[in-house]
Amino acid sequence: MSATRIDARGLSCPQPVVLTSKAIEGGAESLEVLVDNEVSRENVLRLAKRFTMRTSVREEGPDIVIEIKK
Amino acid sequence: MANPFASRAGIVVVGCAIGIMATLLQYFGNPPNMGICVACFERDIAGALGLHRAGVVQYIRPEIVGFVIGAFLAAMLAKEYRPRGGSAPLVRFFLGVFAMIGALVFLGCPWRALLRLAGGDWNALTGLAGLATGIGVGVLFLKSGYSLGRAHPQKAASGYLFPVFMAGLFLLLVFQVTFTEGGPIFFSQKGPGSQHAPLLMSLVAGLAVGAIAQRSRFCTMGALRDVILLRDFHLMSGVAALLVAATVMNLVLGQFNPGFAGQPIAHTDHLWNFLGMVLAGLAFVLAGGCPGRQLFLSGEGDLDAGIFALGMIAGAGVSHNFSMASSPAGAAAFGPAGVITGLVFCLAVGFAMRERT
Repeated sequence: MSATRIDARGLSCPQPVVLTSKAIEGGAESLEVLVDNEVSRENVLRLAKRFTMRTSVREEGPDIVIEIKK
Repeated sequence: MANPFASRAGIVVVGCAIGIMATLLQYFGNPPNMGICVACFERDIAGALGLHRAGVVQYIRPEIVGFVIGAFLAAMLAKEYRPRGGSAPLVRFFLGVFAMIGALVFLGCPWRALLRLAGGDWNALTGLAGLATGIGVGVLFLKSGYSLGRAHPQKAASGYLFPVFMAGLFLLLVFQVTFTEGGPIFFSQKGPGSQHAPLLMSLVAGLAVGAIAQRSRFCTMGALRDVILLRDFHLMSGVAALLVAATVMNLVLGQFNPGFAGQPIAHTDHLWNFLGMVLAGLAFVLAGGCPGRQLFLSGEGDLDAGIFALGMIAGAGVSHNFSMASSPAGAAAFGPAGVITGLVFCLAVGFAMRERT
């Protein structure tokens, strides 16, 4: 099953978190969240932790990809 | 790369540090219950530049300069300086204008609301209730897909503009230039604008707050918003720490005077205290940060946050020139009209800027 991809680049706080939260609550079990700054990375990781999901982070050029899995 | 300030302990330390520095600045000369107030201090800057002529609130506050430059330096050192912009700048400008109009009806930004409460000014409670209400309304918009659109990377130099502008203001303060006879730069001879801690102390405190707030993402609006929207108490623990630290410091320094009536630079017009902060809170959510956070963001290269801050400075001019800013006597003649206009504007922005998904 392919991961749901959320492009949250350029969106201001708290929209990356809102989009991720909606996707998780909507039942997505595997997510890739694309962000372009450190604050969004911290916020999305904190959210995933509260949902007790596993996370990993990798860099793609100037962007940050956060993988979130059940 | 680990950022210790982004932890729960980090944000609590930052909140305490801001509470302690603010009350000390008051002790060393800043106006009562106004050790740090972003709205009031931007209003004082607007007055110093002659954008309004309220003679008692004119001073170039070095704290504001320090916030921006401190955040700029911290972002540079942490390699987080990232110029970006283009997310509905004009909308953000007007959000800033109306945020200031609302804040000056209450007489303070969220930081000062906390500091007023910490000083025993119970009128802050209606203001904070209004702030929470406005943020609650804003959260409904966020949930229904509100967005001002994406910001895009900008050229490196564009992000220097706002910190350089602040450095320019600082030079005007140091050299106290008089541009015309009886003209700006204005410096209050009496009233809150004449009350200030020593220049260097204010600047250093501002730089320190700017740096640690940039690292920790401290935001008063974000604190309430995250609790309402996400049940996330991370930022709120920093805000609570600020309140506790400032209260303790005020008790120690003899600056705690509980009551409703006769509080410094405050009024007891509860309805407009409440509604003024409803407007401010809603405008902050729609713009994505409290006035302090907007300054820190503008320091790290967020051009849209810089536009919001300029909107607030312009809004201070509007507020005082058009009799919207309150005084200790209560709401001014056109304060209610300004608040209602602002609420209509913010609701229109909230409804119009929803994205269908």
